[in-house]
Amino acid sequence: MSVTVQREAFDPTEEYQRLLAVCPGAALVTFTGYVRDIDEQADVAALELEHYPGMTERVLADIGAQAELQFGLQAWRVVHRYGRMAVSDPIVWVGTLAPHRGAAFDGCHFMMDALKTDAPFWKKTYRLDGSSDWVSAKSEDDLQRQRWRNTRT
Amino acid sequence: MDAANGVTVKFFSLLREALDCEERIVALTPDVTTVRALRQQLIAEGGPEWEETLTQPRILIAVNQVVVTADHRLTKGDEVAFFPPMTGG
Repeated sequence: MSVTVQREAFDPTEEYQRLLAVCPGAALVTFTGYVRDIDEQADVAALELEHYPGMTERVLADIGAQAELQFGLQAWRVVHRYGRMAVSDPIVWVGTLAPHRGAAFDGCHFMMDALKTDAPFWKKTYRLDGSSDWVSAKSEDDLQRQRWRNTRT
Repeated sequence: MDAANGVTVKFFSLLREALDCEERIVALTPDVTTVRALRQQLIAEGGPEWEETLTQPRILIAVNQVVVTADHRLTKGDEVAFFPPMTGG
């Protein structure tokens, strides 16, 4: 239904209201991801998120379209930030609307898992001690993604 | 060399930093027809640092913004991107 990739901060509450207004379905599930305050090494001061403009929007739209088809969603929306952000800022928001809770939960869960491994974003953490590092991809994320491929109907 | 007669190659994240290169144009010659051959060409032109960076395991390659395998055949005007596994969300 809709994808927004933006540098600016967003308000999850506003996103919730907006999605509900588009299509007042029977079940609405949302997920909000926030910048963590710690990583594997030390306390995090800030996060920089690089992306591939164009491909990012395309991949997120494909993931949403697949979720819509696979789980019978009535509506969905993804908001993802890029650029520099502070600890506890919202980074990502996914909302799914469906006639029943199972489809809304599964659709939202699938979209988040697919987004983690398929959407071209790369995180770099800046720590309080001044060091910075690119975040490594986690094998758990690949396993989570694979789970949906195995159960694909 | 202009982009219409070759391919535009983009690098992201730690590859962009390691190579100190965001984007470059590479000519398509009879020897450079696949993504694998393009990588060899980049290494031949760039030297040891490029070899070390572009032969790391788990590098992903996209052509026209879709992830492909090394056998993917290239066409003039293609946009090719090299990047590490994604870490968004």
